[in-house]
Amino acid sequence: MTAEMILPMILTVIAAATPLLLAAIGELVTEKAGVLNLGVEGMMLAGAVIAFATTVGTGSATLGILAAMVAGIAMSLAFGILTLTLMANQVATGLALTIFGIGLSSLIGSGYIGTPVSKLASLSIPGLSDLPVIGPLLFGHDVLVYASVLLTVGVAWFLKSTRRGLVLRAVGESDLSAHSIGYDVIRVRYFAVMFGGLCSGLAGAYLSLSYTPMWVEGMTAGRGWIALALVAFASWRPWRVLGGAYIFGGVTILQLYLQGAGGIGIPSQVMNMLPYLATIIVLTVISAGPWRGRLDAPACLGKPFRPAS
Amino acid sequence: MIRPIHRRTFLAGSAAAGLTLASGPFNAARAADPLKIGFVYVGPIGDFGWTHGHDLGRKAVEQKFGDKVKTTYVENVAEGPDAERVIRKLAADGNKLIFTTSFGYMEPTLKVAKTFPNVFFEHATGFKTAPNVSVYNSRFYEGRAVVGHLAGSLTKTGKIGYIASVPIPEVVMGINATAIWARKVRPDAEVKVVWINSWYDPGKEGDAAKALIDQGVDIITQHTDSPAPLQIAEQRGVLGVGQASDMKAFAPKAQLTAIIDEWGPYYIERTQAVLDGAWKTSDTWHGLKEGFLTMAPYGEAVPEALRTSADAIKTGIIDGSIHPFTGPIKDQKGEVKVADGAKLSDGDLLGMNWYVEGVSA
Repeated sequence: MTAEMILPMILTVIAAATPLLLAAIGELVTEKAGVLNLGVEGMMLAGAVIAFATTVGTGSATLGILAAMVAGIAMSLAFGILTLTLMANQVATGLALTIFGIGLSSLIGSGYIGTPVSKLASLSIPGLSDLPVIGPLLFGHDVLVYASVLLTVGVAWFLKSTRRGLVLRAVGESDLSAHSIGYDVIRVRYFAVMFGGLCSGLAGAYLSLSYTPMWVEGMTAGRGWIALALVAFASWRPWRVLGGAYIFGGVTILQLYLQGAGGIGIPSQVMNMLPYLATIIVLTVISAGPWRGRLDAPACLGKPFRPAS
Repeated sequence: MIRPIHRRTFLAGSAAAGLTLASGPFNAARAADPLKIGFVYVGPIGDFGWTHGHDLGRKAVEQKFGDKVKTTYVENVAEGPDAERVIRKLAADGNKLIFTTSFGYMEPTLKVAKTFPNVFFEHATGFKTAPNVSVYNSRFYEGRAVVGHLAGSLTKTGKIGYIASVPIPEVVMGINATAIWARKVRPDAEVKVVWINSWYDPGKEGDAAKALIDQGVDIITQHTDSPAPLQIAEQRGVLGVGQASDMKAFAPKAQLTAIIDEWGPYYIERTQAVLDGAWKTSDTWHGLKEGFLTMAPYGEAVPEALRTSADAIKTGIIDGSIHPFTGPIKDQKGEVKVADGAKLSDGDLLGMNWYVEGVSA
C-alpha cells in the first residue's frame, strides 16, 4: 500500500458507500415518521432493474434514473396502502415487499441479462475536474454520488429546521398527539414512505447504472439490509447515517486493498467480517459517549396509527 | 326374455367394470409418466455465471428428452440447513433424479439420500459418494493452466489478480494452476488473491478488481460468478478472463478468453441412465478432453503466436501428454511438494490446501 493508492482507494470507497447512503437516508425519513419499511432490498432491486431496462430501451441514463425513482415510489406506495390504509403489520408487509421486489426484478430483468450498458457519465467541469487530487475527488463523480450527499444535507436540514420536518418527527414520536392537534398523520406517513421508496429506487439505479453497469439477478446482494441496519446504528440521525455508510464502505474497500497487498496473515474470513464489526463498534461508541442525546427509535416506529375517535 | 340380473351380480359387475375403466387411464399414465428431475441452484439463473451454466444443462436435458422428463429447479438456495429442506422436498415431490450444484450441498445431499434410497442424487464438485449419490466435477484447473499461460505471457507488470470466493480445494487448485503455468513463461509472475467470501456479489467483485488494479495488477482472473470484475478491467484498460460463461459482451477488448462450463452432455447421459434403469453411483471428474469445459474464442489482445502456443497446451491436456500439475512444484515456503516429473494425483488435488510459489493469498 503506497501513498499513490490512497486517492483511488478513496474514490472506490465513495462509490461503495453511495448506494448504502441513498437507501439509508430514505429509510431514515420513513422511520422518523414512525413507519418501519423492511422492503428496502426489494425496492432497490426494482429501482435497479427499471433503471437498467429504461436506459437500455431509451438510451438515456437520465430517463433511467427518473424511472427508477418512479419504480421506488410505486413499490413503496404498495407498502403504504397495505400498512397505512389497511393497517397490515408493517414488519410482515415489508418482508413481503422485499420478496416481491426480488421476484419482480428477476422477472423483468430476465431479458436483460448479459446486456452491457455504458457507465453513468461522471461530472466533468473543464477547469475543476482536472486539478491534481481535488479534481477527481470532489468534481469527478456522477450525479447520484452528489445526490446522496445533497440528500443527506437536505434531510438533516428538513428534519431539524423546518416546520414540516417537525411535524414529521412529531408524527413519528407521538402520533395520537399530532393527530389531536390536527395534523393528518396518515398523509404525512404516506409522503415519508414514498420518499423512502424514491431514495431506494435511486440506490438501485446507482448499482445498475454506475457501480457495476449491468443487470444480474440479486445484484444488491444484501445492501438493502445493511442500509436498514445503518439507520438504526446511526440512532436515526442523518449525519451519522452518512458516517456509517462511509465507514462500512470504507472498511470493506480497505480490507480488499489489504488483501491485495498481501502478507497480512489474517484469515480472509476475518477480513470480510471487518466492515460489519467496525460499523457496529464505531456507531455504538459514538452513541454511548458524550454525544448521547436521544438514542431511542421514534416512539411510534412500527405501530399502526389508529385514531381513537 | 331378459334373465333377471341379481342386484349383487349387477353391483359386482359394475364395480369390476368401473375398476377396469379407472385403471385403464391409470395404467396408460404410469407407462407415460415423465421422469421428474430436480435441480438445486446456489445462485440465480440470471447470474450469467455458475448457475446459468447449470441451467443451460437443464435446458439441454429438456430439449433432448421432451415429454419424457419434467424438470424443476430451485434457485438461490443457501448452503446450509435450508438446502436440506429444499432437497428433501424435491425428493418427496417425486423427483427421481436430483442435481445439487454446489460444494456446500454435500452433507445435506448425503443426509437426504439416506432417507430416499430410491432417488438418485448427483452432487457437483463434492467428494463423498453413496450407493445413490454420485459426484461429478469438472477439471477447471485444465482451463486455468491455459489461462495462466496467457496471463504470464501478456502481463507487463508481472502481477496477475485473482478474485476468489472461499478457500476450498477447488478454488485453491485454480489459483495454483494459474500460478504454475504463468511462471513457466514468466518466472517472476505473482498471483495476488483477494477473497470476497461469497460466490456472487457483483459490487464487491468489482471493488476487489479495483483494489487489485490499483495495486499494479494488469490481468484479472476470477473464481466468482458475475461479469463485474471483467467490466472493471475493461473500464480500466487492463485484461481479464471470463468465468463460467463467455463474458465478451461486457469486455470486448479486455477478455482474453473464458472458461465455459458445459454440463449438458453429462446431464443428458445421467438422465438416459435413469430412463434405462442403468444408473449407478459414480465419481466423474472430466475436463477438456470430455468436453466438460470449453474455452471461449481468444480476444483481440491475444497475438497469433500466443494463440498457437495456448492451443498446443489445450491439445496436450486433451491427448494426455500434458498434466497441469507435473513436478517440480514448490510451495510458498520453497519446499518441493511435487518431484521432478511426478504428477499430483486426483486425491492430492481434491485435498489441496497449500499454495505454490508465487501466490500471495
